[in-house]
Amino acid sequence: MKHFKQILFLTLSVFTLGALVPFTASAGSELLNVSYDPTRELYQDYNTVFSKYWLKKSGDALTIKQSHGGSGTQARSVIDGLEADVVTLALAYDIDEIHDKAKLLPADWQKRLPHNSSPYTSTIVFLVRKGNPKAIKDWSDLMKPGIAVITPNPKTSGGARWNYLAAWGSALKQKGGSDTTAKDFMTKLFKNVPVLDSGARGATNTFVQRGLGDVLLAWENEAFLAINELGKDKFEIVVPSLSILAEPPVTLVDKVVDKKGTRKVAEEYLKYLYTPEGQEIAAKHYYRPIDKKIAGKYAKVFPKVKLITIDEVFGGWRAAQTKHFADGGSFDQIYTPGK
Amino acid sequence: MMESSKITKKQTGNKKQSGLTEPAPVRWLLTTTALVFLGFFLFLPLAAVFSQALEKGAAAYIAAIRQPDALAAIRLTLLTAAISVPLNLAFGVSAAWSVAKFDFPGKSLLLTLIDLPFSVSPVISGLIYVLLFGLQGWLGPWLAAHNLKIIFAVPGIVLATIFVTFPFVARELIPLMQSQGKEEEEAALVLGASGFTTFFRVTLPNIKWGLLYGVILCNARAMGEFGAVSVVSGHIRGATNTIPLHVEILYNEYNYAAAFAVASLLALLALVTVAVKSLVELKLER
Amino acid sequence: MKLFIKQNNILPGFGLSLGYTIFYLGVIVLLPLSALVVKTASLSWTAFLHTVTHPRVLASYRLTFGTALLAASINGVFGLLTAWVLTRYRLPGKRIIDALVDLPFALPTAVAGITLATIFAPNGWVGRYLEPYGIKVAYTPLGILVAMTFIGLPFVVRTVQPVLEDLEGELEEAAACLGANRWQTFRRVIFPILLPAILTGFALAFARAVGEYGSIIFIAGNMPMVSEITPLLIITKLEQYDYAGATAIAVVMLAASFLLLLVINLLQWRSRRYAKA
Repeated sequence: MKHFKQILFLTLSVFTLGALVPFTASAGSELLNVSYDPTRELYQDYNTVFSKYWLKKSGDALTIKQSHGGSGTQARSVIDGLEADVVTLALAYDIDEIHDKAKLLPADWQKRLPHNSSPYTSTIVFLVRKGNPKAIKDWSDLMKPGIAVITPNPKTSGGARWNYLAAWGSALKQKGGSDTTAKDFMTKLFKNVPVLDSGARGATNTFVQRGLGDVLLAWENEAFLAINELGKDKFEIVVPSLSILAEPPVTLVDKVVDKKGTRKVAEEYLKYLYTPEGQEIAAKHYYRPIDKKIAGKYAKVFPKVKLITIDEVFGGWRAAQTKHFADGGSFDQIYTPGK
Repeated sequence: MMESSKITKKQTGNKKQSGLTEPAPVRWLLTTTALVFLGFFLFLPLAAVFSQALEKGAAAYIAAIRQPDALAAIRLTLLTAAISVPLNLAFGVSAAWSVAKFDFPGKSLLLTLIDLPFSVSPVISGLIYVLLFGLQGWLGPWLAAHNLKIIFAVPGIVLATIFVTFPFVARELIPLMQSQGKEEEEAALVLGASGFTTFFRVTLPNIKWGLLYGVILCNARAMGEFGAVSVVSGHIRGATNTIPLHVEILYNEYNYAAAFAVASLLALLALVTVAVKSLVELKLER
Repeated sequence: MKLFIKQNNILPGFGLSLGYTIFYLGVIVLLPLSALVVKTASLSWTAFLHTVTHPRVLASYRLTFGTALLAASINGVFGLLTAWVLTRYRLPGKRIIDALVDLPFALPTAVAGITLATIFAPNGWVGRYLEPYGIKVAYTPLGILVAMTFIGLPFVVRTVQPVLEDLEGELEEAAACLGANRWQTFRRVIFPILLPAILTGFALAFARAVGEYGSIIFIAGNMPMVSEITPLLIITKLEQYDYAGATAIAVVMLAASFLLLLVINLLQWRSRRYAKA
């Protein structure tokens, strides 16, 4: 009896600990692409095309898994151990953090692929209700009282940070613009924001499905997607006089691909984004292709807009993050009470 | 928090009710108010789930559920429940036995610890496992070196689910077994039965309804947990998304009909849970 | 103090059952929780205080605890009412209604969340009727209140029902004999007996609402200082790589939860004493 009890105890304990036993990975190549919020449809298409291409080229039946969320959130997950073979995030700073905090890739990752590792670019536009009843034409309209602006939370969403910097930049470029006038402008703008979603997709949802707000500050591709998916007769895009060149970069996570032995296929996966086929898929999903020929083909789709870059106006992402989005940065200051 | 559930009360018998009651208009007012309140907070959401799910028709409903990522989510949810519930059952029985049949110092502390997950936010429940097993956590580097994946993989999800649901069975059994006392077991022992025979032949029949009740609630919560699992999941489509997480993804992809279709599975489960619970109580009234 | 543990006890299985219980609790609960505490301890005392008393954090406490208190109170009143009606009155379909009271308990939080958000959005079933009056539910603290009331609904009902059912009819009849009308009987005789149960249910609903995430996150506005609940703030801090900050706030919430548990246990102890009397 005594022994039986002990055996039972051991069995139960082992069984409990057994809950921790990880499940073995599947045989055959598998890539995990950890991406930001709006790219769901893009990579669904791209992955199908790429795996067909890869099968033909190498005979390897590749499985590609996706994970999506706010860019900052996703970077955090990778730092915490989410084994991404490639990361395709909204801004370079989030990938820099993966280097800084977890050393999973080298510091000069951005130079490894052409065009700052951004196979496609985008920008920020306004999405308004059809007919533009509140006559929103430009950034300065956003701070008018009575206008409800939808944008996600800059602390978690990459798109939100591009929105913020585009708005700030527009204020700087005004006559007599300075950091002080910009901050004043942003304070007024955020007074008009009723809800902060954690990701770009959540914000689009709020504007489009829940019917909240007069204007959505959105990735250009999100705006097009919203119109196509949810009602060409319900919304229209308004292009402001000035916007920011958004470069969502892609890179492979060295430590992971070396451990899993997937470096070659991951490199090919990213390189394929730069080929005409890859660029075509991007353009179809309303991401601005960098290939000049494909861009020419889709020139009519993408509105012309004057673009500022983060380097020229803000001195790069690290500087922008510290000044605006880190604890105590300009965004936090705009939210402190009593100001 | 070991308040006796209805099961205990039913087993100790009903008291005589008074023949007095309120005047009819008062009764009507109270009843109507109660029904409006319940209607607003209970029936409305229930109706909304199913109506939204079927908005695009039955074919779309079925398609949403048969979609590969949805099926993977269903499989993961079932797997998680299949692991968590039996483990929590073993724990519940074990805890109830030690608490109800013995006296020892620190019993109240033990009871408080068992109740802890009810007061802890699910977000914190997930966070503690990330702190422990994440790459930057205590055991992270060791796990990475040995290629063991806990966070952002199935084991992490199972752990977080276990944390959130382990009190259910215990909470049902402890007051039940406490109110039943030790006499029957002691009698069995005196008559020569071994410990395990006593448990299976004497204790188990007495607690079987409470046990079932606890298991159903545990299961419902295990399948439906969102916050804790969301923190540890990694949201890898087709791999580490449970049904609630998959619902969130569909919701975020403007696929509302599909989101509610998958959600309705859980709503149905909730209804079954509630029905079984009611049947159990009915049995006890006999 | 000898081996008073096994005194008067011939039942076996103490070592096995208690051993497994403690082992389980240790691995699942204590170890991870200690990671939480240790991480917080890496902050200096001043840094800790600074983090947990930041205006945005304080606003989230006010919102979370305040709204939960309000929701639990609503559930206290209507829960008592529901329990009364279900126990004492005849109703068609009473059994079904009674069973459905447990729905918020069994329904997954995310499902509840998207459903409530959909119903109360400006174009939702209920939202569209409130919109013309300027009553906004979704994305406001009012929406959070609705969600918290929903998830706390069963608690008071389920704690009060057994006590109501066990109430001896003689007490009420005696009061009536002595000249009390129904309201007086309720107020002076019945209500005091129910009070501990009501308070317990209230405390349970409160505790649940404070920690809740899934059902609230879809309907809350998530605006800092206005409609941001504390659990969301913890996640936000996590996403800024501020682990210590996240754990600091979590520790404060945990401490509050522990306190609540203590209060609940005390209430139960008192109610049991009262019931035995």
